[in-house]
Amino acid sequence: MIGPLWTLAIRSAWNRRASLLFVMLAIALSTFMLLSVERARNDLRSSFISTISGTDLIVGARTGTVQLLLYSVFHIGSPPNPMRYASIDALREMEGVAWVVPLAMGDSHRGFPVVATSEQFFEHFRHGRGKTLAFASGRVFGTTFEAVLGAEVAERHGYAPGRAITLAHGAGDGFGGHDHDDEPFQVVGVLERTGTPVDRSIYVPLQAMGALHAEVLPGLPGHAASHEHGHDHDDAAPPATVTAVLLGLKQRSAVFSVQGRIARLRDEPLMGVLPGAALDELWAVVGIGETVVFGLSLLVAVTSVAGLVAVILAGLNERRRELAMLRSVGAGPRRIVALLLMEGATLVGCGMAIGAVAYLAGMVLLRGWVQARTGVDLQPWRFSAGQARWLAVLAALGVAASLLPAWRAYRLALTDGLAQRT
Amino acid sequence: MELVAIDRMRFRWPRSGEVCLDVPHFAMARGDSVFLFGPSGCGKSTFLSLLTGVQTCQDGIVALGGQAWSALRPADRDRLRAERVGYLFQTFNLLPYLSALDNVLLPCRFSPTRAARARQQAGSVRAAGEALLRRMRLAPTLWRQSAACLSVGQQQRVASARALIGSPELVVADEPTSALDRASKDVFLDLLLSECEQAGSGLILVSHDESLAGRFRRRVALPDLNRARVPEEG
Repeated sequence: MIGPLWTLAIRSAWNRRASLLFVMLAIALSTFMLLSVERARNDLRSSFISTISGTDLIVGARTGTVQLLLYSVFHIGSPPNPMRYASIDALREMEGVAWVVPLAMGDSHRGFPVVATSEQFFEHFRHGRGKTLAFASGRVFGTTFEAVLGAEVAERHGYAPGRAITLAHGAGDGFGGHDHDDEPFQVVGVLERTGTPVDRSIYVPLQAMGALHAEVLPGLPGHAASHEHGHDHDDAAPPATVTAVLLGLKQRSAVFSVQGRIARLRDEPLMGVLPGAALDELWAVVGIGETVVFGLSLLVAVTSVAGLVAVILAGLNERRRELAMLRSVGAGPRRIVALLLMEGATLVGCGMAIGAVAYLAGMVLLRGWVQARTGVDLQPWRFSAGQARWLAVLAALGVAASLLPAWRAYRLALTDGLAQRT
Repeated sequence: MELVAIDRMRFRWPRSGEVCLDVPHFAMARGDSVFLFGPSGCGKSTFLSLLTGVQTCQDGIVALGGQAWSALRPADRDRLRAERVGYLFQTFNLLPYLSALDNVLLPCRFSPTRAARARQQAGSVRAAGEALLRRMRLAPTLWRQSAACLSVGQQQRVASARALIGSPELVVADEPTSALDRASKDVFLDLLLSECEQAGSGLILVSHDESLAGRFRRRVALPDLNRARVPEEG
C-alpha cells in the first residue's frame, strides 16, 4: 500500500510499540512531575502570602514589620510592645477606615495561643482568596467567658461546644505561667479548617482578657480591678492594651495615605503594616524551600530527559538498520528526518497530553484534601508562565532526543545500507 | 550513451589518504549484465558505492546515464540514485513490519519516476508489484505476510522484486546469492537476469563466487581494472 509518509511512520512505530510506550510514559511522568511541582510552588507561595487577606493594614506599636506580622498573624516570636486600647478609637475614626478589629494576645491553652478579639473578627477576617471563617459547629462567642476554637485545637483535644477550658497566662505549659484556673471558659464554637494559624488559635472576647488580667496587671485603669472575680463578666471592660489591630479600608487605594496618617498619630507611636507586602518580605526569608523545590524540578526534568535519551539510544541499533534500509530504497535524508520528527513529535505530544491529564485529575481530586490539611489552595485550572516554560523545555528536549537517530542515520545510514557489512 | 562510464577515476579513503581504487576506464551499456568478481577486500563494495554515488572519487569521472556524480549536490545524488538504481543486498534488508508486497512497493513511495513507470507497465503500482512477485514465483498467499515470516529464499525473491520495480536503469547486486544453496542460486540468478533483460535494466552483480559468471554477458575481475595496489584486509 502506497500512502503518505506517516503511514510508514505508524507501522514502524507500531513495530517498536513496547519501547515507545516506555518513552511516552517517561515523558508523561516528567510532564506530570514538572507541572505538579511548579503548581505547588506557586500555590504554596500564594497561600502563604494570603494567610491573611482582606485586611488592608495591621497596626501595632512601632517595631519591626516582620516581628509584628509574625506575632499577630503567626503567633510566633516575641510580643511587640502593646498599644493603648484608646488608640483603637483614634484608628476607627480615621478618615477612610471601614473597620477595626483589635487583637490581644499573651495567654494560651495547652500550648495553643489565645487571641482576644471582637466579634467583628469573624466577620472581617479573610484568608486565601477572600475566604471567610466558617463554623464547623457552634457560633460566635457572645458573653465574656465564651471561646471559639480553631479546627486543630478542637481536633487535638477532642473539644466540642459545651466543654469548659481554662487559660494560662503566657505561652506556656507551666513555666512561670500563671493559670486562670478560677475563670473557666465555655467553648461555644469550632471553626472549619483553614490551613492558617487560625486553626491553632483560641478566640475569646476582648472583655474576657480585660477581666482576666485586671488583677494580674494591677494599677491599670479599668473596671476589672475594682471588683472581685468569680461572678458573671458580661459587663467586663476591655483590656487596657492590645497587641495589634486589623484594619480594613473603605477603598484599598487609600492604603498609603492611611498608613501615613497612622505613622503621624501624636498620642502614640504606631505603625501600619501592609500584610501582603510584609508576607512577601517574610517569604523571601522562609521561602528557601522554594529554591529547593525549584532545584527538584530541575532534577526531575534532567532525569526524565536522560531516561528518554537512554531509551532512544537503546533502540538505536535496531533503528539504524531500518533507516539504512529506507535510505537504500531511496528515502532521502529529509524524509528520514521527517519520519523521525513525526514520530518524536507525536510521542512527545501524546506523552505530555497524558501527563497533563494525569496532573489535572490529580489536582482536582486532591484539591479539597490539600486545602483542608495544609491550607494550600491548589489551582488546577491556572497555568503559570513557569509551567509553560517547563513544558516548552521538555518538548524541545524530547523532540531533540528523538532526532538523535536521525543525526546518526545522516552520518551512517548511507554507507551502512549501501555497503553492507555483515 | 553508456549507462555507466568511468574515466580515469582515482579514489582514496578520506582518512587513510592511500589510493585504493584507480580505474582508467570502465563502461556498461544499457541492458548489459556484468559479473564483477575478485577476492575479499579488493574493493568491490567500494567500487559499487562509487558507481552509485554513495562515495565520490577525488579525481576523474564516474557517471550514470551521462551525469557525473561529483557534479551533484548530495541531495541531488540521493534523488538520482533513488530514481535510477535498484539495490539487492546479501542480507535482504526487508522491513519486518511491512508485508512482502509493501516491501516491494517501497521504492515507488520515494521515487516518482519509478512509480510512474510501474503504473505505465501494469496499470498501477500495486499491480506492478504483484506481477513482479508472481514472476519471482512467490505464492500469492505469501504476499500479505510479514516479510519476517518468509524463508531466506523467499526473502531474496522479494528483495529482487523490490530492486526491479519501476525498471531502474541500473540494478546493483552485492553478493545476493551467498545466503542461498546451490540449486536456489541458479533458479534465483535465472529469474534476476531474465527480469533485468525484460525491463531493460543494466545489472552489475558482485560476487567472489566465479561459478556464477557463465550466465552474464561480461565478466570483469576488479583486480584487472584496478591499477592501485590494494593492501590485504578484510
